[in-house]
Parts: sequence; structure tokens; C-alpha cells
Amino acid sequence: MRTAESLLIQTLHAAKDSGDYTGIIEQIPYAQLLGVQMQEENDNLLFLLPFHERNVGNTKLPALHGGVIGGFLENAALLHLMWARESNEVPRTVDFSLDYLRSGKPQTLYAQCEITKQGKRVANVLMTAWQDDRSKPTAVARAHFLLS
Amino acid sequence: MHNLPLPVTNPALFQDIWSWFCQLPHNSTIGLEFVAGERGRATMLVPYHTKLVGNPKTGVLHGGVVTSLIDATSALSVFSFLESAEAIATLDLRIDYLRSATPGSPVFCTAECYRLGRQIAFTRATAYQDGNDQPIAYGVGTFMRDSSKATLGSETVAEAGDANR
Repeated sequence: MRTAESLLIQTLHAAKDSGDYTGIIEQIPYAQLLGVQMQEENDNLLFLLPFHERNVGNTKLPALHGGVIGGFLENAALLHLMWARESNEVPRTVDFSLDYLRSGKPQTLYAQCEITKQGKRVANVLMTAWQDDRSKPTAVARAHFLLS
Repeated sequence: MHNLPLPVTNPALFQDIWSWFCQLPHNSTIGLEFVAGERGRATMLVPYHTKLVGNPKTGVLHGGVVTSLIDATSALSVFSFLESAEAIATLDLRIDYLRSATPGSPVFCTAECYRLGRQIAFTRATAYQDGNDQPIAYGVGTFMRDSSKATLGSETVAEAGDANR
């Protein structure tokens, strides 16, 4: 049976071949709500979050919602893992630790991930989010994912 | 942390902050609602909605929604202690996902500010659902106090807070 989950994986594998990742985000309602985009760049995945008013968490600064930055990074790590592993399952987040370094300005937020360790059952992933300058991250995060 | 509940320190400020929180663009997008507050504690909820789903096969809410809920409720628990308006900013947040949220029902979060320092506030939070004693997530956070000149909340109470300094 072709389940929604395998559809997500299939779409990801198809995107990997074609280089067009728009179909993936359409499979994940929350990622679509945030407005996440992704593309391949130098054999790595780059995640983009163009600015949308609905992602604002502080109208005075204004700044992106901390939960948006967290959700964007967690989503990036999940997709990065599925992309790198060619697995047939969606990993489950065990824990997620997020350091907010700068406020998220009302402009595009970028993210890239790095798999620090991948075991049989658990993977550790580092995430970095930035805006103007990659060496000045908006937030960094690390997470553990259950793979099976 | 006290065990006997007391009213929030400044009810007008507290109410102003939670109503301001709930109307902020992203919080209103996810449907954040205020549930209860007392000194040192706050409870909020996010109703179930299909647009918040992270895994289309299971219909389970995305972890990002839980992150937003824990972040907002933890910040609100800090405000339950404050006399006057100020800006606070999340420094870090660690979330342990204990189990998947059951699709179709709201997720509650109760947060406790267990230490309010002069510069840093420390919080811990539990996310759970009605009808299940097992929490779905725990969150521990730290917040920087007086993180910017612009205080949080609506202008009226914020100005009163500024005048009190």
C-alpha cells in the first residue's frame, strides 16, 4: 500500500534526482504553513524561510517567533536526515536543544544541517540558522532522532 | 518554588502580556490560547488543526508547534512574577519529546519560572493532553531579562511599566 509516509519518502527521492524540492514541502502541512523552501547546493541541502508576516513573534522589534526558528530547524534536520540516509521512515525527534543567538530579523532565514553521528538507531544532528552572514548565526541547535 | 498558589504579581500586566502574545502573528496563526495563570506559573494551549501537522501519515502535530507553545508559555510564566513591563528574550530552549501528541485534541502547556534572577529567568514546562496523564514533552528554557529597550505588551501597560522604573 502506498501510504502518505512512503509518499513523502518517494517524493524526496524523486526530488533528489530532479533537483526540484517543491513537492516535498507540499507533503508537510506545517512546513507549508511556515513557507519553508529547500534546494541542493554543493552536495548539501540549503533550507530557506522567506519572510512572512504570519511568522512574526514580536511585532515591536519586529522579530521572527522563537518557535518558528525552532520548527524551521527541526524540520530541516528531519528532511536532511531523510535526504542523507535514503531511509524509508520518517525519523522521530527525541530531544531538541536550541540556542537563540540573535533576534530573527524580518528577512529570509537560511539553515543548513550536519549529521554529527549516525548510529543504527539514533542520529545526532547539528543545525545552524543565519540571515545576512553565515558566521553570525541567528540560532544553533542540536537534536537526537530515533531512526527506526 | 512555592507550592501554594498565589495570584500573579501584576494582574493588569499579566493579562496585557497574554492577550498581546495571543494576537501576535505567529501565535494567532497556530491558534495559541491563554488558559490560566498564577504567580510563577502559566498555562496555554494550541488547538488541533490539520495545517499544523508534521507527518501526514499519522496526522501528528509538528514538533515546531510544540516548540512555539513551550516558548510562549515559558515566557508568560516569567511575566507572572514581574511588577512592570520589560522585554525578555529566549536564550535557549531544550525540549524532550516523550510521546507523540494524539491527533484531534488540543495540546496544553504549563510552564513554571523556577528562578527569577536579576538578569536571567529559568523555566521548565510540560506539554500534555486532556485524558492522558503521560506528558508529551518537557521543555527547559532560559530567558534574558531586559533584552531590549522596547518592553513587551500593549503600549498602555508598557508605558505604565516604564514610568515605574
